[in-house]
Amino acid sequence: MDTYYHPPDLAKFPDVGKDAPELWDRFLGWYTAVFAEGALTEREKALIALAVAHAVQCPYCIDAYTSGSLEKGATPDQMTEAVHVAAAIRGGATLVHAVQMRNKIEKIGM
Amino acid sequence: MALATLLNTRNPLAAPAVQRARLEALPLRRTFDGALASAGHQVLTRGRTRVLQMNLGKRCNQVCHHCHVDAGPDRTEVMPDEVVDATLDVLDLSGVGTLDITGGAPEIHPRFRDIVSRARAMGRHVMDRCNLTITTLPNYASLPEFLAAHSVEIVASLPAYAPAQTDRQRGVGVFESSLAALRRLNALGYGREGTGLVLNLVTNPVGAFLPASQRALERDWKRELARRYDVEFNRLFTITNMPISRYLEWLERSGNLSAYMEKLVQAFNPATVEGLMCRDTISVAWDGRLFDCDFNQMLDLPVDARGPRTIAELRNAPDLLSWPVVTGPHCFGCTAGAGSSCGGATTA
Repeated sequence: MDTYYHPPDLAKFPDVGKDAPELWDRFLGWYTAVFAEGALTEREKALIALAVAHAVQCPYCIDAYTSGSLEKGATPDQMTEAVHVAAAIRGGATLVHAVQMRNKIEKIGM
Repeated sequence: MALATLLNTRNPLAAPAVQRARLEALPLRRTFDGALASAGHQVLTRGRTRVLQMNLGKRCNQVCHHCHVDAGPDRTEVMPDEVVDATLDVLDLSGVGTLDITGGAPEIHPRFRDIVSRARAMGRHVMDRCNLTITTLPNYASLPEFLAAHSVEIVASLPAYAPAQTDRQRGVGVFESSLAALRRLNALGYGREGTGLVLNLVTNPVGAFLPASQRALERDWKRELARRYDVEFNRLFTITNMPISRYLEWLERSGNLSAYMEKLVQAFNPATVEGLMCRDTISVAWDGRLFDCDFNQMLDLPVDARGPRTIAELRNAPDLLSWPVVTGPHCFGCTAGAGSSCGGATTA
């Protein structure tokens, strides 16, 4: 293996449970419940997951939730808008720290 | 880009035997029969035939990327008169209630209207698997009125309510042309409540993934087609793309074949087995041979050799009741997720 991220590794995700099966089972049960239809539809949850996958820059998650969103009936324009939401929050999160910068300028400036 | 049939481009995958060999060579984690056995079905058997599906031939005015028939304008296979007559005889003599007419574009067949008229005169329910755009061609301009006059159920293909996705799968300009056809059908009463004229739409995923929930999509489609285009329809059927002919070729070329087949295998749903269409449908090929479904027809996998093998032989036989269904790796397409059939999802 010459890279940290290797596409076939996604299928090996359940292997993580081998050395801590009880924790894995709890994770999987919770994960499955999270994505089941509730107050939000399965499609809305898949789109949130897709946006978050981009924000945390997880290639495995982007792979999984691109297919997942399509299979829940999301369209490419909806998926692209979801990623823009993630990008806007990331951009906004950077920019809002400028308030901290401005506070510091005020404090140490004359 | 103009699309071409596999046959026209001399692609080896035009041959059903080559397609079967490619599918059989895939290292899948289990066989279809193994999956059935795990669901408690040692052998998949046919029940009473309720639907007679007639494939009138491979000629079509479109050349869609995902077509399992490899249909197109260059195809010459057309059902001859003797096969048409034998099929209508079987329909008349049997208790089969539904005639499902498919192709290619079945309306191109010179006897399409005769077949419809005679089947309706027998009191049979008739379904036309229509690509929509055929009704916008000058020679077929009166087709919608004819279908309405005979109360034919229209099952029309439209992969997406967004133009780009539809055109990517079915060819440039197909969405606009399909929309014009839908508006005309609506104007005749098709898809409108209380008219009795049924217009169902069929969507296949535009790519290597499974269809979304039929119920959820139908809700969206009804809302969006009405809001964007003032178009109405009755039901939406989601159909899984089958790894056959041009879709198989695309899966291979795009490097998606193994992952897609694994996805189908992994998504095997035992609850779909009861509703598989091969259990109550008999598929008649343009040349009169019998198949358990249209997909088996394209892979050249005829019905079990112990029963009648042609429509002419079926005319003298009672039924295909309890014969085993012929299966292969492609059958995972009908058992994945919510299931898939010519009538959409089989569990919902």
